[in-house]
Amino acid sequence: MKEYSIIGKPTPNVDGPAKVTGEAAYTIDMTLPNMLYGKLLRSPYPHANILSIDTSKAEELPGVKAIITGKDTPGGKWGLWRRFRELSDQQALATDKVRFIGDPVAAVAATTEEIAEKALDLIEVEYEPLPAVFDPIEAIKDDAPMVHEDFPSNINATRHIEWGDVDKGFAEADYVREDRFVLEAAHPCAMEVHNSLASYDKGTGRLTVWTSTGSPYFVQQNLAEALKLREGDIRVIKPHVGGHYGGKNSTMPDAVNAAILSMKTGRPVKIVYNRDEEFTTTEHRTAQNMALKIGLKKDGTIVAFEVKTMTNGGAYTGLGATTLYLTGTFITMPYKIPNYRYDGVRTYTNIVWGTSIRGFGAVPAKYCSETQLDRAAKDLGIDPLEIRRKNAVIPGYEAPGQYKFESCGIQPCIEKMAVRVKEKWPKLEKDEGIGYCAFAYMSGGIFNWIDTPYAYSSAHVKVNWDGTVDLYSQAADVGQGHNTVAAMICAEELGIGIEDIRLHMGDTAHAYTDLGAWGSRETLMNGNAIKDAAAQVKQKLIDIARLKLGENIAYDLVAKNKRIFLELRPERGLSYYDLVKDAIRANDGVPLTGTGHYTPHNKGMISPAYGMGIMAMKAKVDRETGHVTVQDVLVVHDSGQIINPLGARGQVEGSIHMGLGYGLCEEMPMDQGMLLNPEFVDYKILRTRDMPEIEILDVPTYEPNGPFGAKEAAEATIAPAAPCVANAVYQATGAEFYSNVLKPEKVLKAIREAEKKQKASKATGK
Amino acid sequence: MKQQLKIVVNGEPYDLFVEPKTLLVQVIREMLGLKGTHQACDSSSCAACTVILDGMAVKSCSVLALQANGKEVLTIEGLADGTKLHPIQQAFIDNWAFQCGFCTSGQIMAAKALLDENPNPTREEIQEQMDGHICRCTGYNMINEAIRDAAKRLQSEKSAQSGKGAA
Repeated sequence: MKEYSIIGKPTPNVDGPAKVTGEAAYTIDMTLPNMLYGKLLRSPYPHANILSIDTSKAEELPGVKAIITGKDTPGGKWGLWRRFRELSDQQALATDKVRFIGDPVAAVAATTEEIAEKALDLIEVEYEPLPAVFDPIEAIKDDAPMVHEDFPSNINATRHIEWGDVDKGFAEADYVREDRFVLEAAHPCAMEVHNSLASYDKGTGRLTVWTSTGSPYFVQQNLAEALKLREGDIRVIKPHVGGHYGGKNSTMPDAVNAAILSMKTGRPVKIVYNRDEEFTTTEHRTAQNMALKIGLKKDGTIVAFEVKTMTNGGAYTGLGATTLYLTGTFITMPYKIPNYRYDGVRTYTNIVWGTSIRGFGAVPAKYCSETQLDRAAKDLGIDPLEIRRKNAVIPGYEAPGQYKFESCGIQPCIEKMAVRVKEKWPKLEKDEGIGYCAFAYMSGGIFNWIDTPYAYSSAHVKVNWDGTVDLYSQAADVGQGHNTVAAMICAEELGIGIEDIRLHMGDTAHAYTDLGAWGSRETLMNGNAIKDAAAQVKQKLIDIARLKLGENIAYDLVAKNKRIFLELRPERGLSYYDLVKDAIRANDGVPLTGTGHYTPHNKGMISPAYGMGIMAMKAKVDRETGHVTVQDVLVVHDSGQIINPLGARGQVEGSIHMGLGYGLCEEMPMDQGMLLNPEFVDYKILRTRDMPEIEILDVPTYEPNGPFGAKEAAEATIAPAAPCVANAVYQATGAEFYSNVLKPEKVLKAIREAEKKQKASKATGK
Repeated sequence: MKQQLKIVVNGEPYDLFVEPKTLLVQVIREMLGLKGTHQACDSSSCAACTVILDGMAVKSCSVLALQANGKEVLTIEGLADGTKLHPIQQAFIDNWAFQCGFCTSGQIMAAKALLDENPNPTREEIQEQMDGHICRCTGYNMINEAIRDAAKRLQSEKSAQSGKGAA
């Protein structure tokens, strides 16, 4: 591996001083002079026609400055699937009917939050309740109520993926098994709730919105559609964001209604959701029913795989349709599957909608496939690690028409895991088991449902006379540490220090487009754009250095340690700072600039690169209470050249935490569309006492598509966590799980069934 | 009916008038504009809003402002010594003990109260004390390591000071 000055060195967060002193401003911390407070009135019915809305009493309340209903909005519909207009199904306020408990019907702006809340109580809405549908299987029936009029059978989106000859593959299999799963929903639970502050300038007709989002560009696009304004007349600024995890890709009614209220009143308006609204009206990880059929040879080689899923999409689209596609993709990784068929259906239902929560479809998918693989391995008498090694892909592997692995360290990861597990856990106690799961995940998506005419990522670098650098991009740090990665990449390319870089990120008015933080895309995609921009500036400095040094043109010059010098004769070189001054003088006084961009081409359907690895967990089961204790976690992963080991570790540990929650305790029980646990007392998130220690080993590779050989190091490790737990319990007790959330009662039941099965097989002598 | 609230926040005395139902977190965030203390739930169950009240870590959403009458409050803004970060703050930076940073102020204030009481806590003691805090980003281990690192820093600072005293 190449030795870098900055890349690969543990680097503290560039936002650290602001975040540990309380100075970091999040949208929720912001106020503007003369600002009003907005609140949304929400539907108590899962499905109902709106007959009338009477706002007269509320309007009389002193302090109320504006009340709007659906008819007062510009009426534009929006969504992230802009390429397919019919899937742009969100609206500011329901006009004709409401589609889930929490669909907003009116918005109030008042001088205090308290007055705005009081005003909500005074608005009278007459509803005509309609039959509602809450389950995907019910939703596709002929007599099911229709959530959206133009979507027969409530089918929001379908996805089909196929390669090879699946039927022939199953015919050649020595062993075939089928399993059906029911997966629960889970909420991302960002600590900062959805909130937006909008300020409309009456004089110029321009709008500025500060919002807690993962993509200022998406919000700008969606606001333009919702408000029927030009994109260029809308500026979206992303301050520090208190958590995203996929739940802040969609533009939500907070941003749109704050904007409309600001346009009506001519004053800044801020809308902040409360925690109940956050749980009941913002996007979650989709519940679904999955059926899997796998065919293997006696030696454990997979020959055919067929997957069907039906997801409980909810009232609107969000990124649910993309999630549906990726569920069918990630479920195949990182294995060689010669024959594969996937059919996914996303249904509209009368609940809050599901979307692209951290792991983007991989989380439910891998839960099913990796627990099924363990059962197949046991039936075939093959070690669970061995069956994964045998089927794991090798560099250059291509799933026809879908994806290709260029850098690919999964085989060495599994070999390293085999050695380390023996050292780490030489002996298991009674009721202890080790569960495995292999995984792979994209480094940013190639798909363009947002229909952007711009490059997927761009960055602009300006070098000032004193050598300081201003770096501009719309790329979003949402806590994952991208600001630090961005500064590191820029500094490495220019051969200077992080302290020389000043960041200007996440503002649509100050930077060219980046699509935002989703699908683990910023390091690779924005990293490539930044490296490109910095390289252009570096070339200008090298040209000046070459001129001044008068060296043989065949010599290569490099930028490192704040100097530009001959690579093979480092003593012959010039100071970066002196060269910058010369270059600006030679440029008629104009600071040096470079504008870089990145859009993937010819890289398949999914991503230019994939992070991957294998996870193991040791867990102990209490056979009396059904309580599962995860004792220890081991991850071996290939994230290419890791840019910042500190940030990468943070991402891996955080993913495991959320993934364990999916496996052990997080659930969203609903009754007739009403969420039963909309706060942290009842929605169980793992606390510090629940977290095991995590050992992370790297198998570095060089990814040709990434900046400095980097690729994804963020979301890959969420999906394997829950199947690792289920597999550990399976190995310890034989208990089989066909849904996530291993609550004690479920574990006890599964253990009893396993014991019955074992007795029966002993009795029959099998 | 508003009532008088005399309170010292980060060493600064304030003389305020508040409604009986006003929460301490509202005084801190809205009246004093100290936005470093965050609120992330409405059910007193995430501990993001933790501040130190007369030496004890409390959830400022669960204390009525008037209950703090005559008392001293320390918030995240009062922790650094001028431009020099407190050793806990520095340890949080050096150990990547936050990501989005939204729960961080509460975590740091709770860590301060913990280390004031127990200068050399084990991993398990920290888990015990910090179990009320939700962090959705880190998975907690790196926070735990930062607190142990901060304990070492505070101890070496202390021994350096006592060394000076002896000389």
